Amino acid sequence: MLALILLALGAVLSRAEVGAGLGPSDWAAVRFTLLQAACSSFLSVLLAIPVARALARRRFVGRGALVTLLGAPFILPVIVAVLGLLAVFGRNGWVNDGLGALGLPEVSIYGFHGVALAHVFFNMPLATRLLLQGWQGIPAERFRLVAQLRLTPRAMFRAVELPMLRQVVPGALALVFVICLTSFAVALTLGGGPRATTIELAIYQAFRFDFDLGRAALLSVVQLVLAGSMAVLALWLVPKLGIGGGLDRMMPRWDARGGVQRMGDALVIVLAALFLLVPLSAVVWRGVRGLPQMPSEVYAAAGTSIWVAVASIVVLLLLALPMAGWIAGRSGGSVEAIGLLGLSASPLMIGTGWFILINPYADPFDFALVVTVAVNVMMALPFALRILVPPMRDAVAQYGRLSMMLGVRGWRLWRVVLIPRLRAQIGFAAGLTGALSMGDLGVIALFADPDRVTLPLQMERLMGAYRMDAAAGAALVLLALSLGIFWICDKGGRWRAEA
Amino acid sequence: MKYLTFATATLAASAAWADTPELTVYTYDSFVSDWGPGPAIEKAFEETCGCDLNLVGLGDGAALLARLKLEGARSDADVVMGLDTSLIAAAKETGLFAETAVEAEYTLPIEWNDPVFAAYDWGYFAFVYNKDLEVPTNFVDLGAGDLKIVIQDPRSSTPGLGLLMWVKAAYGDDAPAIWAALSDNVVTVTKGWSEAYGLFLEGEADMVLSYTTSPAYHLIAEEDNGKAAAAFDEGHYMQIEVVGKLAGSDQPELADQFLNFMVSEAAQNILPTTNWMYPAVTPSAGLPVGFETLMVPQKALLISSDEVPAIREEALAEWLKALSQ
Repeated sequence: MLALILLALGAVLSRAEVGAGLGPSDWAAVRFTLLQAACSSFLSVLLAIPVARALARRRFVGRGALVTLLGAPFILPVIVAVLGLLAVFGRNGWVNDGLGALGLPEVSIYGFHGVALAHVFFNMPLATRLLLQGWQGIPAERFRLVAQLRLTPRAMFRAVELPMLRQVVPGALALVFVICLTSFAVALTLGGGPRATTIELAIYQAFRFDFDLGRAALLSVVQLVLAGSMAVLALWLVPKLGIGGGLDRMMPRWDARGGVQRMGDALVIVLAALFLLVPLSAVVWRGVRGLPQMPSEVYAAAGTSIWVAVASIVVLLLLALPMAGWIAGRSGGSVEAIGLLGLSASPLMIGTGWFILINPYADPFDFALVVTVAVNVMMALPFALRILVPPMRDAVAQYGRLSMMLGVRGWRLWRVVLIPRLRAQIGFAAGLTGALSMGDLGVIALFADPDRVTLPLQMERLMGAYRMDAAAGAALVLLALSLGIFWICDKGGRWRAEA
Repeated sequence: MKYLTFATATLAASAAWADTPELTVYTYDSFVSDWGPGPAIEKAFEETCGCDLNLVGLGDGAALLARLKLEGARSDADVVMGLDTSLIAAAKETGLFAETAVEAEYTLPIEWNDPVFAAYDWGYFAFVYNKDLEVPTNFVDLGAGDLKIVIQDPRSSTPGLGLLMWVKAAYGDDAPAIWAALSDNVVTVTKGWSEAYGLFLEGEADMVLSYTTSPAYHLIAEEDNGKAAAAFDEGHYMQIEVVGKLAGSDQPELADQFLNFMVSEAAQNILPTTNWMYPAVTPSAGLPVGFETLMVPQKALLISSDEVPAIREEALAEWLKALSQ
């Protein structure tokens, strides 16, 4: 994977002419990128903690659906999600309509706060899912002990939940930080102007308008270095302490039964659900209106996208499971750090690099789907590792020695010990990969095969031809397919298990 | 194994096709889409050429040029269609294009006699609004008023660059002052045309940077006459879309034939209601019904393509400075 990135970078550099270094406007972009990524990731994870805690403690009707929908904002095409947010928070949105009806002044979403709001909308649900996995990893016996000792919620938080959070939060922070680092269209559109220029925009400009490959490569390196330092920092912060084993079964929770806690949790869940569902329902509403105007080509594109998503899932699992097993056996986190690098590499840079490598020998169109799958897997790998490594580490720590004594190894170790322990996480990782691959436009633009258009590209084409309603319909199909593939994998993993 | 068999069969099949000459044309994405001009153009040209026309859609005009530079002389393309006047200088600098001799009775508002590129359609940039609005008649009034506009980033979008050139062509050295006055009118800047137009349709802005021909789409395709383009008295900047032949083409005669086809009656009839631009040579039957309702600017502005690169640098710096305050 590192080779995939470095070869691409090398290829871009090989075609570069010596140019100027970074100018003052580039440094302004670097500063803005860092600031917004730091703020967005901090807010996303901070807000995710109470939501995940409430979801871990409560069982209610619709909880499963809500947990699945947590994946939705993240997999929506950027412009669709932005339009959904604007339907609520925009100049003509519901919030301002409400304020206007009350005679209050209009609030503008455009600016730094808008960028943070959008990034929290995209990433807070993802962070919640990651943290929820952490809660799920706490052995049920701990909760029984807590109940027997009659620990107050505060003491319980310090004794049981805080150590878990110290394990999980740095990784989640790093992941969300890197995602926000490569943001481009969200930051520009909601940032309200060129103040909100990110490094990714500068890379795009260098590739597309200036065709200055040297500058593009230089900026890509800056972006990789920023992501790399964050990854190293986060992994250094993770304490090297296991939370210990349990009997590996699910139990009801006896703690936090007081009325205050119930009310608090209910409030948190309702607020989070509103923040998530109201913009999503705007997307769905616009989509339903557009469905009748959608041309039939959209369905053909949907077929291509499903194909890409399924191929990506298979390749990802073949790659991620052995990698996770290998990382889990070691104490360091260097491999995970490389995973984060993959996410921070600009898809445009990877695409261009591989284009330069393939073009002299073959028609890049023939490799369109292969490259698309490869890049999708690369983008999904950090998520998969983040999801798979912590439970894999626990499984290896708890059952490694026993398995070795019993002579269970190789395929049998995976089949009997590891895969059953990791079912929920494998399903989640596979679902996320499928959903991400469904929505990704990344490299497809460079390698787009004229005869095999993917759904996101088809949606862009509709938008580019004034057909916004039809595009909204296509976006709804995309959302439904992404959530569907996510739900199938996720549900498959959590079948007869709680998450 | 099945895949290999399939691949072999496909290769054999394409070898059999090799008798029919193939013309590969790189163009932008919206040209080849099923609702764009692509399918009709392909059908009409293939009826006359006895060839296989292969239209390949690649992003937008800027992406097209970047792609061509990546491929260099090895490119499979014979013809590139969809560059505009602001990209011509950069395109010629690559040395990849060959001169052509296209003869056409252009009906453009300006003289067109480029030796390399033939014009096939064109439009004026304009701010589009919903008709019930009182709109300003120039950039000065727009900047002084409090109407909200949404524009495209000139660093990632061709219309965004067009607006930069428009202000520069109309106001020259006073452009920074115009931008400073406009900065509080700009709701936001988007990556591309479709994001901006989407925001406008959602009611996020009073006006959006688009084309004078945009209302024709709403009128003809949606039967909605509620949109109009604001007439600015300093004139409107033009975008002329051009098509050119690559020097490395292995089908030079066919490429010339295609260029001549693009300015012919057959192609020019197709373009207005599929690409939503004015035809470069008005067909004998005139413009489609509905086009007569469009606002026609009093004055056409265009910066000559050789001057664009230098002016672009300067204008971009001014724009960044004014809007980053």
